[in-house]
This record gives sequence, C-alpha cells and structure tokens, in this order.
Amino acid sequence: MEAVTATRQAPVLRRDTNNRVIAGVCSGLARHIGVDPLIVRVAFVAAASAGGIGVAIYLLAWVFVPAGDAPARPVRLRTGRGTVEIALGVALLALSVLLTFRALGLLFSDVIVWPLVLVAAGAALLWRQTFGGGWGGSAARPDAPAAPAHPLSPRPAEVAPRTPADRAALISRAGLGVALVIAAGFVFLSASGALSAARDVVLSVLVVAVVLGVIFAPVVMRLVRSLTEERAERIRSQERAEMAAHLHDSVLQTLALVQQRADDPRAVTALARRQERELRSWLTRRVDAGPLRLGRALEVAASEVERDHGVVVDVVAVGDADLDARGEALVAAAREAMVNAAKFGAGSPVDVYAETSEDELQVYVRDRGPGFDASALPADRRGVRESIVGRMGRHGGRAAIHSGPGAGTEVELTMPRSVS
Amino acid sequence: MRPGPSAPRVLIVDDHQLFRAGVRSELEGLVDIAGDAATVDDAVREIESIRPDVVLLDVHMPEGGGVEVIRRAAAEGDPPRFLALSVSDAAEDVIAVIRAGARGYVTKSISGPELADAVRRVNEGDAVFSPKLAGFVLDAFAGGPPAPAATADHDAELDQLTPREREVLRHLARGYMYKEIALRLGISAKTVEAHVSAVLRKLQLSNRHELSRWAVERRLVE
Repeated sequence: MEAVTATRQAPVLRRDTNNRVIAGVCSGLARHIGVDPLIVRVAFVAAASAGGIGVAIYLLAWVFVPAGDAPARPVRLRTGRGTVEIALGVALLALSVLLTFRALGLLFSDVIVWPLVLVAAGAALLWRQTFGGGWGGSAARPDAPAAPAHPLSPRPAEVAPRTPADRAALISRAGLGVALVIAAGFVFLSASGALSAARDVVLSVLVVAVVLGVIFAPVVMRLVRSLTEERAERIRSQERAEMAAHLHDSVLQTLALVQQRADDPRAVTALARRQERELRSWLTRRVDAGPLRLGRALEVAASEVERDHGVVVDVVAVGDADLDARGEALVAAAREAMVNAAKFGAGSPVDVYAETSEDELQVYVRDRGPGFDASALPADRRGVRESIVGRMGRHGGRAAIHSGPGAGTEVELTMPRSVS
Repeated sequence: MRPGPSAPRVLIVDDHQLFRAGVRSELEGLVDIAGDAATVDDAVREIESIRPDVVLLDVHMPEGGGVEVIRRAAAEGDPPRFLALSVSDAAEDVIAVIRAGARGYVTKSISGPELADAVRRVNEGDAVFSPKLAGFVLDAFAGGPPAPAATADHDAELDQLTPREREVLRHLARGYMYKEIALRLGISAKTVEAHVSAVLRKLQLSNRHELSRWAVERRLVE
C-alpha cells in the first residue's frame, strides 16, 4: 500500500483549529494555498463588508471543510473529500457568476440567487456521487488499485464502494446533496411567497401518506420478509443441486473407476490423487476464477504430470501473476521440468515452488531422486537443454539445474516480469 | 520393534476410526502410542488422564474441531504439544490451528517415518512446517510491514520476517529438510530450527491482517 504515503502538492484543505479566530477557515485556507493567514483574513473581511459574500463563503467553508491537521487522512475518505470540495467549488462558482450578474443589474434578484447556489452545490454532490469520476476526480485518486481494470468496467473505484464505511460515507454525501436541493426549493418558495399555498398541499399529502403507511406497513413488512426467506431458500436449494451435480460428475465417477481398476493399485492411486486435487480446487473455488494465472496454471500442469507419470507433484505458490507470453513460457518450462523430475526422480514426490515478486517470477522444481553429475549431462536428458534452458532463454529468462549424485535435482527457473 | 524409553507418548485424536487405526499402524514401533480419542470431549478427558507428550490432532471434527481441543486443554493448564494433522491444506484451516497453539501442521498424506520424525521434533519443542504452510506464511508476510498496530504494547517486530527467516521458509516451501537447508545456507541445523521456531512465534502472535482474516474465516465456517 505505498499509495497511502503518496503526497499531494498542497496540504489537504482542512480548518486549522489550532490557529483559529472563529472556526479556523482562514488559517486552513492559507495553509492550503501557502500564504500568510493574515492575507486571507483581510480578504474575507473585505468580502464580508462588500455585501456579505465573505460571511456566506465563510459559513459554507465552516460547514464543508473538516477540521483537523492536514496529513494522514484515512484512505477511504479521499473520494468524499474530493466530492465535497467539488460541490463547494461549484457553489462558489455559481455564487460569483450570479453576483456578477446582479451587480451588472441583469436578470437576477435575491429570490433566485440563493436557491440557485444551493441547487448548484446539491446537484454537484449528487452528480459526482452517481457518476463517479466523471469530473476527473478518480483519475487523480492516488489509491486506486493497481490491478488491471477490466476493460468493460467503466468506472473502477467509486461506483461500488467496498466497505460498509465507504458506503455510509457515500450515502451521507448523497443525503447532503438531496437536502441542499430541497432546501433550495424551500428558500425559493418562501422568498416568492408561494410557500403557504404549497404547505397546504404538502400537509394533506403527508396526512394521506401516514394513514396509508399505518394501514399497510404490517402487510408490506410481511411480504418483504417472506420474499427474503423464499430467496434464501431458493439459493440454498440451488447450492444443493449444484453440489449434487458436481459430486455426481466427479466423485461418484471416480469411485466407479476405482472399482473397475481395483486390481491396478497404480491406476487407483492416480485416480484418487486426481480426484483429490480436483475436489480441493472445487472447494476453494479456484477453478472458475477467470483467466488462468501462474499458480493455477502450475497446478494444472502438475495434475497432468501426475496423471501421466503416476508421481505426486505438490505445488506451493507464493503470490500470483497474470500470464503473458513470458509467463506461459515459464509454465511450459516448469511443466517440462516436472516431467523430467517424474521420470528420473525414482518415484520420489516432486515439489514445485513458485514465487512472484515485483520484478520477476521464479519457479523451483525439485525431486529427491538419485540426481546426477550436472557437469556431465546424461545423454537421455539432453532434451532438458532445448525444452527448458532454451525456452527460458528465448523469452529473456534463465534456467539453472542443480544436481549431484544422491542429492536429488532442482531446476530453478527465473523469468523477468514484463514492464506493463 | 519397541520404541525406546525416550520415545514420546502420543495421543491420536481423529473422528474417523479408520484413520486412527491407520496412523496407529504407521507409527507402531516408532513412538509410544498412549491412546486415542474420537471426539473433542474425549480428547480433553484423555489429555487430562494420560498426559501425553504430543497430541496428533485432526483439524476437522464436530463440535469445534482441533482448535476447540487446544483451547480447552490450554484452559485446564499445562497442555501437551499439538501437531495438527489434516486432509485440508486451506490457509484458514492451517493458520487457525497454528494460531490456536499447535506447534506444527502436516497433511494426512505424510508417510509413517516422516510423521514419526515430525512427532519427535514437536516433542523436542521445534516447529514443523509443511511446504504448504511455509508458502502460506511467506504469502501472509509478503510486502512491507502492516499499518501500525492499534495496541501500543504490540511488538512491531512480530509483523515482519527477517531475511534469514524468509530464506529458510523459501527452502521449506521448496521441499528441503532442515539438514539440507542448514547445509545450503551454511548454518547449523539447530539454527535452522531456531529460525523456524521464531517464525512459528510470529505466526501465533502477529496481528497481520492476513493471519487474523484467515483465522476468523475458519471460525465463521464452524
């Protein structure tokens, strides 16, 4: 999570409650833009005396800018801050445009200025909430996951918050936006004198709503609850059916084969082993996890080698990576190494270890067979040169073979990761 | 062949009768099998009455499984050493039982002599890591140190492996024995054991996110 430490150019805009006169808005703003607080304060006072704009801006900032020290914000709040800042910015922009118009004597009276400012702020909050990074917010989001985004998913980060806390923050911001827009409506109605008429209508609608609510609430509640239960039950029975189908296709099938081949212990062992591997991966649900990644590809290769050569191949993978052409070459070379270990390892189990680091992929394939003198590669193992060493070399990787009489054999494969 | 007088006394805990019998015959003559138990309650009672040195513990049993046995034995005071033995090699199973207090984890496909060797090592106070477990630990401790722990008294050192410990674990994951690792790294087998024991301690005490997550997932399932 290095992204957490990524710094912004300017300190985050926060109210500086340590150096405050009223609420720390001026000193916070001063620190944000990097000037002396006194300048900002003078500007605010000047703006306040010029028709009260300064007061309005100050109050808005008091509401929207959180207090506290600038650094080390929790990651999940970043999007929230961006949203609120943008809403605030839009409100101020609208305010300045309208005030300019008014100063020029054009179109607008006070009846319309304040409602429009509120609507602008509320709308900004809601639009940004709904359409995520539409305004360049998420592009600047420093903690966006480095994982490759699916090309079909349009907005990676903000649309689907992952933690309950994220979701709560999102909802509360949306609520704030709605409240602002409603408040704008009220301000407009009351300023234009239409509020009292509207109040009568609203009141009667409200009374009807409450009456209906009291009457139908229990029915609706029961309906919702029974629907939820029914849905849960359906999911359960679907899962049962899926499991039954899977057991039928795999485990029962294998048991039938085991009975047929009961006189061939080697075949029975291989069948049991293959079924075990298959059932394990089904239980941990690695099979349907999208494209083949390194760990899974090695598992598949190991299970094929096990099936063909009747030797146990155990795979341990630390970290994982998507497979590009180099990764595929690495898996192919590792598979070849497994075949060799199975053939020449005198039936000893084969250990495969894969490690993914930032700049390279490494795979070790080891058997505990008789080993050989590495300096004098036996004639029957010449294939190793082409299929392992040569293949790795062509893709920019390396292969090293460590062996000694009686010490088993280990093939070490290293492939640099492509710069993406 | 009778086990020597210094052979560890072993209790086998597993809810499958067939498997208990299998382990018994595999270990016959290699260790002193003091008894067996099929349920969590039986296991706790047997531990209390026969006081074995090492308990071979199945992870998956009704009523809480191996983790529950370790927890209740520890509550009684002076618990024996536990070696977990399971068909499962899912991270949450392995990590949960290690964090509960087991000194090692091996899968049921292990051969008789290897199992006897693992029992002896656990009895001597060493830790026993299967290649799979070593891989999980490397995965869990991958990357930089986690965010500072919430508790002030937490030892930050617990949340990271030293380069040497990492090297030892990588060799374990590659399938090397302690003696072979010692030879390759140019250190004594005792030092290798010390590194593995240190890793075990970190595994049990660290509050790295991955470890607690795995441990918690297991509890939710049961």
